[in-house]
Amino acid sequence: MINVKKPSYAGPLAEAQVDLFTPVAARIRSIRPLTQLEKVFTLELPVGVTLGHRPGQFVEVSVLGVGEAPISISSSPSRSNGSFELCVRKVGDVTSALHKLQPGSIIGVRGPYGRGFPFEKFRGKDLLFAPGGLGLAPLRSLINQVLDERAQFGRVIILYGARNPGELLFKEELEAWSRRPDVELLLTVDRGDESWTGNVGVITTLFRHVSVYPRNTVAITCGPPVMYRFVLMELFGKGISEGNIYLSLERRMKCGIGKCGHCQINNVYACQSGPVFTYAEIKGLEEAL
Amino acid sequence: MSLTILPKSDLGDFVSQLMASYRVAGPVHKDGGAAFEVIASPEDLYLDYATTILPPKKFFLPTREVLFNFKTNGDLQVQHPEPDPPTIVMGVHTCDVHAIQLLDHVFAAGKPDAHYLQRRAQTLIISIECLKPCDEHAFCKSMGTMTADEGFDLHMIDLGNAYAIETGSEAGEKLLKLSPASAATNADIERLNQVMSEKWPRFPYRLDFDVSDLPSLLNVSMKSPLWEELGKRCLACAACTNVCPTCFCFDVKDEVSLDLSTGSRVRSWDSCQLDEFATVAGGHNFRKSRALRQRHRFMRKGKYILEAHNYLGCVGCGRCARACLVDITPVNVFNELYRQRQAGG
Repeated sequence: MINVKKPSYAGPLAEAQVDLFTPVAARIRSIRPLTQLEKVFTLELPVGVTLGHRPGQFVEVSVLGVGEAPISISSSPSRSNGSFELCVRKVGDVTSALHKLQPGSIIGVRGPYGRGFPFEKFRGKDLLFAPGGLGLAPLRSLINQVLDERAQFGRVIILYGARNPGELLFKEELEAWSRRPDVELLLTVDRGDESWTGNVGVITTLFRHVSVYPRNTVAITCGPPVMYRFVLMELFGKGISEGNIYLSLERRMKCGIGKCGHCQINNVYACQSGPVFTYAEIKGLEEAL
Repeated sequence: MSLTILPKSDLGDFVSQLMASYRVAGPVHKDGGAAFEVIASPEDLYLDYATTILPPKKFFLPTREVLFNFKTNGDLQVQHPEPDPPTIVMGVHTCDVHAIQLLDHVFAAGKPDAHYLQRRAQTLIISIECLKPCDEHAFCKSMGTMTADEGFDLHMIDLGNAYAIETGSEAGEKLLKLSPASAATNADIERLNQVMSEKWPRFPYRLDFDVSDLPSLLNVSMKSPLWEELGKRCLACAACTNVCPTCFCFDVKDEVSLDLSTGSRVRSWDSCQLDEFATVAGGHNFRKSRALRQRHRFMRKGKYILEAHNYLGCVGCGRCARACLVDITPVNVFNELYRQRQAGG
């Protein structure tokens, strides 16, 4: 296959790349529209090459002629099936170009990059997920890995907010999660519509509906920058410690390997030390939130 | 390390020998000043130059470099460009030698950057000792870069009618074999000591404190009112970072041919001073104000880079101070932060 070190190579993607900046060809197996702005791309790597990711990591995605953009991995490593999924919002040049592609098209990927969630450390814990909007995309990878080893974890609580019902992502999975007795799922939208009978209000309005045992709870949140300070207040209010609150931060990234400088948060390269951080790790960084 | 003597009258022949096997670059006369360029003849060299606008960094991290070429027919077949030829960069001042050592560390650390390292591996550095400050903006003595013990393959010191040449590497020693240089005599060493001792007092200390205090000074200066003041003056033109020998941030983008059939993925210098540097596709800018961007720049120079790579991110060359249209200079910034801290601010 093309752009892989050796035609017979088998193993992780990171070691298949001929150099740091040269992407490996990935074929779009299928494209599933989720909302007006988001589509899920199912991608296949060359035969024998595996992504080998952890939930919370990202890949650099290339559309040759347009450029490259960092995209979080949305599928769980436990459901790889020879492919992986990216949930992509049409928001910039590369993502707009991606949205125009058809199944069968070849794009470039390199990675996976960054530090993902410490999945092993979460075993035995109650998990409180608080994604906002597109923040569900990276958290879905972790949620599904947890659900695939459900017995290893305590409670699984998911508080998910979107701007309106049409912008809720992964609706079929939300339905499935809501039917599971071992998942506590609460949804909210900033503005409802005729068909919406659920909670209306920003994501923080959901927190009053759940009680947690703080000492055994890990909170995991991802969303637009404006959301964090309000969600953090709620989590502190429940007594969850700073080291048990995980955030996945968005930044501009050009290399993914701690050199290009774009993702720096004070002295920390988000692409290397993040994009997943505990609040304890970033609270001293003036540029983090 | 050995010391040899090359009469100035033999320099041209030596450089000609080098040019037979290498692309040779060095300072040349340009627009009333000097610039590092590939030379066509030994006479092009202008070794007495004061400073250059751009540092020799461009030979390892070019302003624009093709990472790979591609066709846009959707098959992702890419083709990598031919590597640069073996190169010698002559006449590098010691501030720039220190800067290159930092860059070498940055691009080798963690995931090594093959593009930089490949160029660097086939480039030899022949540095030259500065015997007087290049102008009022240089503060190399304060930054500890007024001379260099390592980081060069050969190092030249002007003794008047001859150069004393130190070897810094085996590759340098091999180069020297191409020259008629002879071992230094006791008289040569005496002359060298005299030149170096006359050099020392010619350079002023320009920081009001010892450079080893710079990281801790910056550490307590995150909330200094000075950043707002700089932010009001700064034009966000990025001249400071573009001329900096230690700045290494870059952009990666695609350039396509007019008929859109082929293209190149290109890496080019970028600047944290530009508005879009930390802006994501959705429009959120994580370092929105010029004050915060100036703070980021100086924190990198005096603290962040040191913490990550154990080299100071500023070598005191003064290029940013010369380039700044609104007179923002590292000496004034660092000294003002020091004054504020002394005043308990």
